[in-house]
Amino acid sequence: MKVVAIAGSIVGSKTKTAISYAVKTLEEKYPESDVTLLDLAEYDIQFSDGRNYLDYKGDTRKVTETIMAADAIIIGSPIFQASIPGTLKNIFDLLPVNALEHKVVSMIVTAGSQKHYLIPEQQLKPILGYMKAQVVQRYVFIEDVDFYQKEITNDDALFRIERLVEDTVTLTQTYQEIREKAEAKYDF
Amino acid sequence: MEKYRINPNKGLEFGIYTLGGDHLPNPATDERISAAQRIEEIIEFAKLADDVGIDFFSVGESHQDYFTTQAHSVVLSAIAQATKNIKIASSSTIISTLDPVRVYEDFATIDLISKGRAEIIAGRASRVGNFGLLGYDLQDYEELYEEKFDLLLKINEQEYVNWEGGKYRAPLRDAHVLPRPLNGSMPIWRAVGGHPASAVKAGYAGVPIFLATLGGPVSIFKRTIDSYRDALKQAGYDPAEFPVATAGFFYLAETTQQAQREMYPSVNEGMQKTNGRGYPKQHFAQGADKRDVMNVGSPQEIIEKILYQHEMYDHQRYIAQMDFGGIPFDKLRKNIELIGKEVLPAIRKYTAK
Repeated sequence: MKVVAIAGSIVGSKTKTAISYAVKTLEEKYPESDVTLLDLAEYDIQFSDGRNYLDYKGDTRKVTETIMAADAIIIGSPIFQASIPGTLKNIFDLLPVNALEHKVVSMIVTAGSQKHYLIPEQQLKPILGYMKAQVVQRYVFIEDVDFYQKEITNDDALFRIERLVEDTVTLTQTYQEIREKAEAKYDF
Repeated sequence: MEKYRINPNKGLEFGIYTLGGDHLPNPATDERISAAQRIEEIIEFAKLADDVGIDFFSVGESHQDYFTTQAHSVVLSAIAQATKNIKIASSSTIISTLDPVRVYEDFATIDLISKGRAEIIAGRASRVGNFGLLGYDLQDYEELYEEKFDLLLKINEQEYVNWEGGKYRAPLRDAHVLPRPLNGSMPIWRAVGGHPASAVKAGYAGVPIFLATLGGPVSIFKRTIDSYRDALKQAGYDPAEFPVATAGFFYLAETTQQAQREMYPSVNEGMQKTNGRGYPKQHFAQGADKRDVMNVGSPQEIIEKILYQHEMYDHQRYIAQMDFGGIPFDKLRKNIELIGKEVLPAIRKYTAK
């Protein structure tokens, strides 16, 4: 199972800290899975201009190809101005229509205020749905008070990430089984 | 229709196209033939099509990995030499990043070699490797196409061309564009995708369309064709004078299931490599439905599908893509035989007037 974890912002450390904990959990509990962390801060990605993702070069091509090859994606995102950051939206814009079909996608969201709790529900999920992802319905929402010096200090947040990782893996396996069963009947 | 060398009394024309001489491994063996062999097979494919009386054969250009006919006009000239009756064209020529004068010179020459069988289908490209490779800016995608397509049409109408005001090309003053095609001009079509917007532009410009219909319900593509004909009317043209051609996946075997089995891995893995996304099995399975555009099945079922499409679209030409994704040549040969023996007689019987 290929899992890609995305740290969706190029500033700050909280999202990176939270997503890194998810990656660590995956590596420890599911050593057979193949995990890649894409920290967008480490890549020089151009804005989408509408071309097929295979027509980009450099980091833009590398990042989009990595995402397209994934079975499961764990998206880490902060909330900026009551929405997802432009860097993350650009990733979606770079990908083709229906890019997330047959992929399970889960979300870990960090924010400076409780007021942002419904932003992933109202803004991120519709994008994932439009792109045909199988979305893990529950997401992890972590406030800035739960971080201290690039560590998560709230055990509850850690437990929630561990559960999210487990749900992501279980659902990915389950959907793969369902799909194999459904496709077996086509006999071609 | 005469201007486009279409005789409606003869019924729906049947043609074959290769996207850009896609050069992909055979999914069953994961082996890829050499570029030289692929090109040789495309020329042989055209000859076989000509031999059984198929109406049309076209070759496209695509400037990225997994393609071989970037210099499609060169391949077409070899086909012109090797065939006798079949119409030959591009599918498509990416006019945006070429010089229309040069394109016209090339295709007029192919028309002379083939004794009046050449046509140009000008498109905008879905993959855009040609822009960087040939020195153009993708930002100018739309404007480049509209400007150069307009000039191409003008060259077709006037032997001495006066043209100016272009952003991407120096003006032409009393420019004598030679050679001329055998009968003075050639059919020039606009290639359009599934969405109505591009088809509507073709309607306003009064040019015939080649519509790509890879998968999905016939009824959706009918809307695009209807929009095109409405646009023709609005611009003062008579839709009865403008042919419509549709293009899509095609594959014949004894049963639908066998056709799906032989074609699916090629379509799925071919799309994955050339477009970045495979073809979902569920959609492919639905493709067998009569109401879906995909013509993959037994000869009898495909005849019925093509006739249904003709009833819905009232189009003048259907072109089939069956060589995609490393389909072995013996299968293509078998397909051509079946087309000649079963499909062509049936289509002509039911659509000729």
